[in-house]
This record gives sequence, structure tokens and C-alpha cells, in this order.
Amino acid sequence: MKRLKLLGFALVAAFGVSQAGAQELTGTLKNIKDTGAITLGFRDSSIPFSYLDDNQKPVGFAMDICYKIVDAVKKELKLDKLEVKLNPVTSATRIPLMANGTIDLECGSTTNNAERQKQVSFTNTHFLTASRYVSKKSNTINAIDDLKGKTVVSTAGTTNIKQLTEANVARNLNINIVPAKDHAEAFLMVETDRAVAFVMDDILLASLVAGSKSPGDYVISKDAFSKPEPYGIMLRKDDAAFKKVVDAATAAVYTSGEGQKMYDKWFMAKIPPKGLNLNTPISGELKHEFAKPSDSPDPDSYKAM
Amino acid sequence: MNYHWNWGIFFEPNPMGTGSYLDLLLSGLVLTLKTALLAWIIALVTGSIVGVMRTLPSKSASWFGFAYVEFFRNMPLLVQLFLWFFVLPELLPRTAGLWLKQLPNAPFWTAAIGIGLFMSARVAVQLQAGISSLPRGQRQAATALGLTTVQAYRYVLLPMAYRIILPPLTSEFLATIKNTAVAITIGLMELTGEARSMEEFSFQVFEAFTAATVLYLLINAVVVTAMRFVERHVAIPGYISGK
Repeated sequence: MKRLKLLGFALVAAFGVSQAGAQELTGTLKNIKDTGAITLGFRDSSIPFSYLDDNQKPVGFAMDICYKIVDAVKKELKLDKLEVKLNPVTSATRIPLMANGTIDLECGSTTNNAERQKQVSFTNTHFLTASRYVSKKSNTINAIDDLKGKTVVSTAGTTNIKQLTEANVARNLNINIVPAKDHAEAFLMVETDRAVAFVMDDILLASLVAGSKSPGDYVISKDAFSKPEPYGIMLRKDDAAFKKVVDAATAAVYTSGEGQKMYDKWFMAKIPPKGLNLNTPISGELKHEFAKPSDSPDPDSYKAM
Repeated sequence: MNYHWNWGIFFEPNPMGTGSYLDLLLSGLVLTLKTALLAWIIALVTGSIVGVMRTLPSKSASWFGFAYVEFFRNMPLLVQLFLWFFVLPELLPRTAGLWLKQLPNAPFWTAAIGIGLFMSARVAVQLQAGISSLPRGQRQAATALGLTTVQAYRYVLLPMAYRIILPPLTSEFLATIKNTAVAITIGLMELTGEARSMEEFSFQVFEAFTAATVLYLLINAVVVTAMRFVERHVAIPGYISGK
């Protein structure tokens, strides 16, 4: 089979550009057309972006956007039927699975930054989140400076723990920084008083608090460790044709007001499976981004409206 | 495969501001070694005591040894570490629990002790097997010579039993080193943990884990060579374990 394919390539190379006129598909688009299927990578617990509901079906804000992209791809390729395959990914598997072609889009809450863009591409930003901390109300930690000399947890290998480390040095806070394996465990550290605060993307903190035993016990800080950073849907690098379709699809969703509707559905209303309500109104920055979609990794390029 | 290889990544500065990515991995390696060594010492000492207890004539001592071994080897290591770290402090009185939680380097001590106790059950079983494999006459001869039980173990049984079980002890030591990777579950940033954080920061997943693999292989090669040397050094011609 492989040899046949190679032979095919050789023939195409030998007989030159006879078909070049009829705009050839390349990369992901060609793959989708050939197989009649597109594979979406989803996260199992990134509430409310991409997670499993009570029927073990992946749902969420990023999933809704991805389904819109699927529709656009189907239209672009003029297919009658496009099968959507779903593949679970974790933070550790998303890059290899994207690189080896298992998934075509990663629909989750992956931060878009310049360093990561060396390895993958991102489409237009679907969310902006700043690094804040959650603590128990009873600990009365009102500002970052109140963390002085205390034990603070963050998830290992995140941009958040890096920002916490930098702030610790810059402001001379003498915080004892403890890394945790994942968000659930980091929150458990605050719940069991192993740490007084947990530094993370504010939206993830909101969902952890909403899902905890007694949401009223916790407070998310006003102070932030960073400017709002963009989340993007990830796709393979160096695939301009596919990125163009995906960018156009997401831009159409955001500018048409559909993006706002989706936002309200996942952030302002009750969401499955437990009927949590995150109650997080859209930020000025994100509103501006929806009006003028952008895939920039630079937090400074996102201004409030 | 659409992957952007970048082997130079190890020499680029890491975002934690502690030097290059290689420094990040090496700091993880040091922590892996420290945890493994401390755990191995704990495993050897407690394992030896429990292993001896299982072969003593006393019924209660061998019962205790039996219960200890079954407790520690019948639970996954991951679950044990989780229990020591998150559940134990909640069972203690509130002040004692809070004191335990706020100890500095709590993940390190919990991991070293937890892995040490887990491995001690395995060492105990092997030592028991080593002692049982000695001819019965050895113990009887020691008693006939007028040695006390302690002396019989110290001068007759244990020196031979340890020589017999040296090869399996080598694999237990290797297992201890590899088991330290489980400690990321309680936030210990050892080699595997640092490889994961390098992957999250740089998205160069294959480079990070290749480096971690090579480092694990290197440590274990050193341990195997060192234990071979020890085996040859302590071998006594004419003993079961000698040549």
C-alpha cells in the first residue's frame, strides 16, 4: 500500500503538473476529503470549555465552536456527509496526537502563546483569562501582598506557576510555592488547608469553586498575576489552507453574535451535568475580541471595549 | 508526522528563571536520586527487621510480619502515597494534622517514606525467602554452639541470606528508583514531573521525554554496575552464592 502511494507520488512528480490548474487540496483538508471524517480532540474535565456530560458525551463552549468549524469544512469541501470522530486528549497527549495526525482540532482550554506557536497553530481566540487566586473566605487574603510568607499552590507546568514564581521574586513575597499534579488536586490542597491559596486561570477557579462542596466558603481574588491571556483552538502548524477555513469559520461565529449567544449558554446559565452556573459575564476584552477576531498570542493586543 | 523537532531546546532558558531546560531536568534528576536513596535506606532497614520477624520462632512476631507485608504490598503505590499525603492528616487531631500539612518539603518526605515502606514489604519477603533457603542445619548448629538467637542471625544466618538475595535486591533498588515517578501525584517535581512541565512550557514533548528516558536508563545502568561489583566483592567461595 505504502509502496503504491510512493509510486503514485513518483508518477505525479514525473508527469509533472498536469492537474495543477484544478486547485489541489493539501494537508488536513485533503485528508478530511479522502477519509470523509474529521477528528476532534476533547478534554474530559475542562469545564465549561470541553468536558464529559452525564452521558459521557463531550460538550462545552469550545466543542460548540468546533462543531461550527466542522460545518464550515463540510461546506468548503462540498461534502454531503462528514463523519465527526471524537478523541479524548490530555495536556500530555494533545501535542503528539496532533503531530501524528490522530486529531485535526483540539477543542479545549489551551493557552495560545508565542512559545507554543513554534510547535502548533491556533485559530481566533475564544476566551481570555487572567491568572488569579482562590482562597477560603475565613483566611481573609484580600490582596496578593497578603500571601506573604504563606504556602500557595499552583498546577505544575502551567504558565500560572511561572507567573507566581516571577511575582514572588519581583515583590519579595517569600511565598512557599507548592506544585500540584492537576487542578483538582491543587484545589484539594486549599480545601484541606495544605495551602492558603491556589493560583490559576480565573475561569477554571470559578468552575472549581462552583463544583465544590460549599461554594460559599471561597473567594476569587480581584488582584491578578497577569494580563488576560488568550485561549485558542489548536490545529497543525504550516497548514495555511486549513487554517484559512477554520479562521473564517470562527470569525463568522464571533462577529455574527452567535459567539455571544454561545458564551451566555455556557457561562451565564446552568450547564450539565450538575446544573452549575458559573455566572461569569463576558469581559470587555473578550467582547472586543469577538468584534475583531484575532489569533494573536500577545496579551497586550487584547484591549477592552 | 507534522512535528517541529528542536533538540536545541535543552539549552534555551526555561520560563521558571532557573537556567536552561536542561537545568530544569537535572534538578528533577537530583530530586529523583535523593528520594530514591532515602526510600531505599528505609526499605532496607524496615524490610530487614520485618523479614527477620517473619522467620522468628515467635508466633506473634511472624504474625506481625505477615500483616505488615500484606498491608503494604496489597495496595497500589499510587493509592498509598495519596493516603499518606491527603488522608492521614485528616485522621489526626486538628492541630497535629495542621502541623503535618504545613511541614516544609512535605511531598518529598511523604514520597520517600511512602515509597520506602512500600518497597520494605518486598525486601522483607525476599529476606524471608533467603533465610528459609538456608539448610535447617545452619540454625541448629548455631544453637548447638550456644549462640543466642540474635547472635545466630547476626553471625550465621543473615550474612549468608543477604548474599543469596543480592541479585533480586538489585532489581528492587531499580524498582525503587522507577517508583519515585509516582510521586508527581503529590506534587513532587522529580524527573518525570520536570519532563512534564518542560513539555507544557515548550510543547516539545518528544525531546522532554527522550531526555527523561535517557537519564533513567543512565542511573539504572550505574546502579546495576555498582551492584555487580558489590556482588563480586562480597562473594565467598564455597557458599551457595559464591563461585
